[in-house]
Amino acid sequence: MAITQLSVFAENKPGSLVSITQILAEEGVDIRALSLADTSDYGILRLIVSDTEKAQNALSNAGLALHLSPVIGVAMSDRPGALSEVLTTLEENRINIEYMYAFISRLAEDAYVILRTEHTEEAEMILKENGAKLLTEQDIETHLG
Amino acid sequence: MANYYQKELETMPRQELEEMQLQKLKQQVRHVYQNVPYYRAKMEEKGVSPDDIQSLSDIAKLPFLTKNDLREAYPYGLLGAPLSQCVRIQSTSGTTGKRVVAFYTQHDIDLWEDCCARALVAAGCTSEDVVQVCYGYGLFTGGAGMHGGAHRVGALTLPMSSGNTERQLQFMQDLSSTMICCTPSYAEYLIESMKEQGITPQDTTLKAGIFGAEPWTEEMRHEIEESLHINAYDIYGLTEISGPGVAFECQAKSGMHICEDHFLVEVIDPDTGEVKPKGEPGEIVFTCLDKEAFPLLRYRTRDIAVIKYEPCSCGRTHVRMSKPMGRSDDMLIIRGVNVFPSQIEAVLLTEGYCANYQIVVDRVNHTDTLDVYVELPPERFSDTIKNLSALENALASAIRTMLGIGAKVHLVAPKTIARSEGKAVRVIDKRKLH
Repeated sequence: MAITQLSVFAENKPGSLVSITQILAEEGVDIRALSLADTSDYGILRLIVSDTEKAQNALSNAGLALHLSPVIGVAMSDRPGALSEVLTTLEENRINIEYMYAFISRLAEDAYVILRTEHTEEAEMILKENGAKLLTEQDIETHLG
Repeated sequence: MANYYQKELETMPRQELEEMQLQKLKQQVRHVYQNVPYYRAKMEEKGVSPDDIQSLSDIAKLPFLTKNDLREAYPYGLLGAPLSQCVRIQSTSGTTGKRVVAFYTQHDIDLWEDCCARALVAAGCTSEDVVQVCYGYGLFTGGAGMHGGAHRVGALTLPMSSGNTERQLQFMQDLSSTMICCTPSYAEYLIESMKEQGITPQDTTLKAGIFGAEPWTEEMRHEIEESLHINAYDIYGLTEISGPGVAFECQAKSGMHICEDHFLVEVIDPDTGEVKPKGEPGEIVFTCLDKEAFPLLRYRTRDIAVIKYEPCSCGRTHVRMSKPMGRSDDMLIIRGVNVFPSQIEAVLLTEGYCANYQIVVDRVNHTDTLDVYVELPPERFSDTIKNLSALENALASAIRTMLGIGAKVHLVAPKTIARSEGKAVRVIDKRKLH
């Protein structure tokens, strides 16, 4: 059920992000969502892309350090309080969130949040039980774009 | 006006000195041959026996000892006296990878402390002085050597050890220190701290300082002298030979007098091992003429320097060595600690990193900094900063354990550090010390 996030190690120096996005452009891979976590020395570019395998091969051939991790995509209505409800549900079930980032689709009315937790399956179950709408790999490949 | 601690020895006419050296050398070679099987084997391999030493220049017939020998013979292989006669062990600063332990009989301690006392007296020390020793105490020879030397002179000794700058400055003022012994970079750090706290040279009674354990320049000397209103003297030594005081500056501040009655000096070509013509720069080699427990013969220091043979205005007849101009190996001295890039490399390999790395040494706010850049193995990358920081911290801690000093570790992208093409530039030393 979970969707796959591709993380790329990027040094904090001019051009390192450009070279990553250029490779994806050349491969015709669409970036659905991204976030950048950074320190003074390096950053981690976290990507949800239209074709993870293609992106992974191309970036790996370029010698970049990559990591695939399962994340949870939650769709919710784009209104005040929606995110808070999702987080409250997780908090009540003691699911700790490592990080998260949000994006909006231009086709649907929904807003989306990508959640990373150490307990992906458990979190998914809890969210579903509470009526949350979770994104699938197929959603990422198709209509979200 | 010159001051001597052991006038007769320090100003002994050259001919007499050399006769004494030859006497001691013959005896020492025989002693080592009979008591140190490790060295005896080396002599036999070269086909040389104690009887072959008939003049001082015959020393060139003897085999060299290097740090590698000390590692091979660790810990007792070069011991020249029974352990029951030894009273002390000292060790080189911090390192575990290339650890050197040196043994001392009471006689060895006495002659070492005499050398330190000579250095102190040459810098103007008398029994009226208060000597603040801020070298580290412990296995490191800096604290123990200068402490013992100050006692011998009869000075009031303040065994501060290193660190705790606040207390150093407080005692310096409250207890009227007149002399200070520390690394030159720590002296600069003290100066900086004094400025911050508004302490002026007039608030102290310092008159001289003896600074060693790491390379420093004439510019640093002027800066320290002007900032503290003192005379600043250099001192040289190494644990293998005894510790600080193997050579020291007199008031002429023009080279460090080698205590030649105890340590015979040679200058060699580091590539061929041949003895260099007088006055040419080369690797300094020492032979301990009368040490009992750790009697190293022809020990290669890897320090490159020049020996001055001209008489000195101070009246001492012992030759002078210049400040080391560099190393014939890749050893770095960082915060007074000997560091070999190979030690860092060993840690990287043990910790599962590739041996592609870069070491950057700099001096920021008078403190040496060590930065290690290492490629992130792709398989250890994951999606959280927490994980990457943990990798960096684990590596930094392994390096600290190995070297005894802290390093800042920086993970860089895989395959971004230049591969070795012949001679890779692994070390960038931004300090200007020579």
